[in-house]
Amino acid sequence: MQYSKNQRHRAWTRARAKNLLVDFFFYALLLAIAMTCLLPFIHIFAKSISKEAYVIANKIFLIPKGINFDAYKKVFQDASIVRSLYVSVVVTAAFTAIGTFLTISSAYALSRVQLKGRKVMTFFIMFTMYFTAGTIPDYLLMNNLRMLDTWWCMILPLSFAAYNFLIMKNNFKASIPDSLIESALIDGASHFKILSHIVVPLSKPIIATISLFYAVGRWNAYSDALFYIKQRVDLRPLQLKLYYLVVAASESFKAEGGAMAGQITSPEVLKASCIIFATLPIICIYPFVQRYFVQGTMIGAVKG
Amino acid sequence: MKNSERMTNQIRTNRGKKNGFLRYLQRDWQLYVLMILPMLFILVFKFLPYSGLSIAFKDYKVAKGYSGSPWVGFSVFQKVFGKRDFGQAVGNTLLLNILDLVFSFPMPVILALILNEIKNRYFKSVMQTLLYLPHFLSWVIIGGIGYSLFSISSGVVNVLIQNAGHSPIPFLQDNTWWLISYVLIGVWQSMGWGTIIYLAAITGVNSELYEAARVDGAGRLKQCLHVTLPCIRSTIVTLLIMNLGKLMGGSFERIYALANAKATEFTTTIPVLVYRWGIESGKFSEATALGLFQSVIGLFLVVLADYIAKRLGEDGLI
Repeated sequence: MQYSKNQRHRAWTRARAKNLLVDFFFYALLLAIAMTCLLPFIHIFAKSISKEAYVIANKIFLIPKGINFDAYKKVFQDASIVRSLYVSVVVTAAFTAIGTFLTISSAYALSRVQLKGRKVMTFFIMFTMYFTAGTIPDYLLMNNLRMLDTWWCMILPLSFAAYNFLIMKNNFKASIPDSLIESALIDGASHFKILSHIVVPLSKPIIATISLFYAVGRWNAYSDALFYIKQRVDLRPLQLKLYYLVVAASESFKAEGGAMAGQITSPEVLKASCIIFATLPIICIYPFVQRYFVQGTMIGAVKG
Repeated sequence: MKNSERMTNQIRTNRGKKNGFLRYLQRDWQLYVLMILPMLFILVFKFLPYSGLSIAFKDYKVAKGYSGSPWVGFSVFQKVFGKRDFGQAVGNTLLLNILDLVFSFPMPVILALILNEIKNRYFKSVMQTLLYLPHFLSWVIIGGIGYSLFSISSGVVNVLIQNAGHSPIPFLQDNTWWLISYVLIGVWQSMGWGTIIYLAAITGVNSELYEAARVDGAGRLKQCLHVTLPCIRSTIVTLLIMNLGKLMGGSFERIYALANAKATEFTTTIPVLVYRWGIESGKFSEATALGLFQSVIGLFLVVLADYIAKRLGEDGLI
């Protein structure tokens, strides 16, 4: 009370005015920079729900005109787009489950100091982070394993990431006291039991972080699908489909049996609706998962 | 006393040698079981491809397989180094990465310093959420956004420019403009996310330092320049050196999502050329040699960067 009263009656000194001006400048500057991250989406969203004629006449900026959802109807009627969404969901789910499982089990085993050969195995894993064989040997391996044009080429090869392993291992070391595991061992618990009943329940946040790293990484990547999926058009994940539709524009929309939605022909509107369609899943979960990502990045910054 | 201690040690090591690895296997077999699948994945998907590197030294034909193709020494490399595309790709890779380093690297530092001046917590966290967003988008989506903002005829930026009475700018269709757009889109994509590490470092700055500076009459600018910046210097240096280690790298996805037929001068980089030679044209030996060239230089740069970082007294990377 006393304090706020003092605040209110504080004199308008030159220093205070200057301070306020500087504050205002920083708020405005930051707002302007942050808007570059928001406005493009608003613009594209406005385009996607506006009447075609306005879009063709370049009349749409941030506010949609003649609101309708025909473009989205057309996107949903294109069986190949819906199929690619399904492929992406299945691949991401399987990839994340396998990756998280491998990361947890290896990070736990290699965080046990008594394990012989721990250093060698850790080195093997970390080495793959700094020296990769490259695109072509990977491609030929997929070819030799008969995995080209299958689901597996998008699920298996990248599903154990050294970087995620490092984060998980650092976290296990820092957050789970050795004495806890020692005492459980003395009580006769097996390592499997300790892992599933003690370590995993205690590490839920980091497990969420790592599985999100895997999931978002898989969801967004398209180069491996571009390399490996050639004949089986039905196995294209969403990002690759989007690449052909929006960026390369080498494919057009095929709405099936949609006479009504078939009216829309402007590629601009369809591209806009496609971008929003593909971004929406990320934007919907983003506010909830952002803090896990920030934590994970900070753990990753600490050297292993 | 000392003697007996040495003797027990002797006995202990002897016993260890006798049963050796078997004893550890017996004691920790469960941990080894946990390692079976991860090591299998590493072995199959990371180490098996290393054997495929041999085709950089062979005249590889798919029909003959790895072992059937004849060894040709370094002649594949000679052929690769002699190609015009090769010089262009190396030059472009270095150019794009150096531009990224010059423009994308300082931006997170500046942004973190600005964020640090913001006192309203809610405003700050909303701004951070917005700034982090581009990091979560795929390059395909960013490419799509780029084209719908910057295309000549219908891109909103050019519409605004034309409405203001100027002629449209070929942001993605002209070589020089493409380069500028590529770099700026990179800055935009990475600026927010890059602040996280610096903000964490700034949180660690001792608040007494600011108080002391204030007592000495330092204003906000002086506090920022003489307290905050020196305190996060080691973070900046470490990250800078880490980025130096990536000079020969480069994201295939980023270039491929922004490339188009009109501006091709700077889009031929090493990863793109590997894709074109290998997967599009089936010249597997040449493409593998090119990829190996990149990996070896990349590894060398990382080791060098680690060495420099440690010499400067910072934390290494490896």
